[in-house]
Amino acid sequence: MNKIIKKGAWVQIELNLLNPGERDLHVPEDTKKVPLILKTKGFLKEDAAIGDEVKIKTIIDREMEGELIAENPSYKHGFGRPVEELIKVGKKLRKMI
Amino acid sequence: MNYKDLLKRKNEIMKKALKINYDEFEEEGISFNYDMMMGKASYNIEEIRKIQNETKVGNTPLFELKNITKVARTLSAPGKGARIFIKDEATNPSGSFKDRRASIAVYYAKKKGYKGVIAATSGNYGAAVASQANMRGLKSIIAQEVFDSRGYGQPEILEKGRKCEAYGAEVMQLSVGPELFGVLLWVLDDTGFFNASLYTPFAIAGIETLGYEIATELKKREGKNPDAVIITNAGGGNLTGTARGLIKAGSKDTKVIASSVNLSGLHMASDYDFNRKSFTTGHTGFGIPFTTWPDRTDVPRNAARVLRYMDRYVTVTQGEVFYMTEALAQLEGMERGPAGNVSLSAAFSIAQEMEKDEIIIVQETEYTGAGKHPIAQINFARENGIKVKIGNPEDEIPGKNIIIPESPEMIRAKNLDINKLRESYIRNTVKRNELKNVSKIEVKFLIEETKTNINFVISTLEDLGVKVKETT
Repeated sequence: MNKIIKKGAWVQIELNLLNPGERDLHVPEDTKKVPLILKTKGFLKEDAAIGDEVKIKTIIDREMEGELIAENPSYKHGFGRPVEELIKVGKKLRKMI
Repeated sequence: MNYKDLLKRKNEIMKKALKINYDEFEEEGISFNYDMMMGKASYNIEEIRKIQNETKVGNTPLFELKNITKVARTLSAPGKGARIFIKDEATNPSGSFKDRRASIAVYYAKKKGYKGVIAATSGNYGAAVASQANMRGLKSIIAQEVFDSRGYGQPEILEKGRKCEAYGAEVMQLSVGPELFGVLLWVLDDTGFFNASLYTPFAIAGIETLGYEIATELKKREGKNPDAVIITNAGGGNLTGTARGLIKAGSKDTKVIASSVNLSGLHMASDYDFNRKSFTTGHTGFGIPFTTWPDRTDVPRNAARVLRYMDRYVTVTQGEVFYMTEALAQLEGMERGPAGNVSLSAAFSIAQEMEKDEIIIVQETEYTGAGKHPIAQINFARENGIKVKIGNPEDEIPGKNIIIPESPEMIRAKNLDINKLRESYIRNTVKRNELKNVSKIEVKFLIEETKTNINFVISTLEDLGVKVKETT
């Protein structure tokens, strides 16, 4: 059974804004084959589970409706490993001054 | 969202969302009064300085990059190697020059009684709008193009989204596609907020202080105007505003140089190409189309018109910019984000052509951090199948590889043919307006638009089969 996310939780929803057949005439062929997707966040208006159609109130109090995809998702961008190709750049440049 | 209906109602929605009557600037045929638009729909430089001062914008430090200059001189012919300076725009409240741009738009929105502001941007401008909106007590919504159909987001844009959230903006994250414009219309229509477009007269006038500060400070410190100012170019606002500010400060002979990262061959609206580039802005994918056809934006007339001011346009590679970002940290003790370093890379190369007593100014830096950093960008490129290696930047193919220069003498700014860009602008004007003949007023407009002369415009028009009407 899907875990119930409580009303008032900070969540992310997803909306399918345009289906592949509805994309703008000017987009490239590869983009035409996929939908235009919107993700946005807000406070959940009623208890719900992932995958449910839900309503949220955004941080500026706008109501939005879409599929619940995550509860308070993590920021995943970071740095990753140092890049070996860049590590010696400074050493070399310092010798030139 | 009813996309087709929104596009149909575009003019009506924009009128409400801007409260600028663009019709009054229109003149005969293709021409419009640019100076009148910039004068009437905006503020003078003293007013702008005052407005920006209220919200912590501007008066950023101008530093001489003595160590980078030293390295450039070791690679220059005797007597060559201009002094390189940098304007540390990262010290603006949200970390980039975009605060200048947002400050005037948000001030105007507040004065006109709007409750909030919206910007469709994947760049630093979103954070700038949100930050300025906080100081003026307005709400903000930022719509960004973030991820491809696999759900993979550009790390740089994800960071920009996080920053907008940090300022309390509502952030709408979209998949790849120009229909972002439709989303903008949808939200403007729904909220009645102000369209804080990047391309209004306010957005451009706000940058004039950047050029103005450079010229006035350098004159005080060095007793001269800058010989060259180099500007990272994408949509054209940075260059247009800075150049106008230089002129307003009396620095009329300064060479205005544009610099973009070479991303030729990658389609900006392609779902597949989206994550095969390491730069989300400051690249040729925006720089060239906006130079040769500025009126492709979310406002009736784009206030950013680079050909009016540009003397030269160069490109650099992704690998060169990563190298110079590292150089700025390692030699000058300044860790800054990639955008400003597009012009730093070009300045490093161009300084070697210039005389020793000349001065070239890199007019911006931006903040750096998770996602918005060469390490994050290169790791992301590798995850997307891009080869990264040390070598000669000449061998870089956008979307296939990134070449970190083996040594600094390999960093070479490449000239674009500016007359070709000017011809291309005229060709686009002719095509889009289906022109068969033009009036003398229209010719005068094209001369101003391309910073050329009557012979250049007429011979280009003749090559396109367009005649000049004899007027009585």
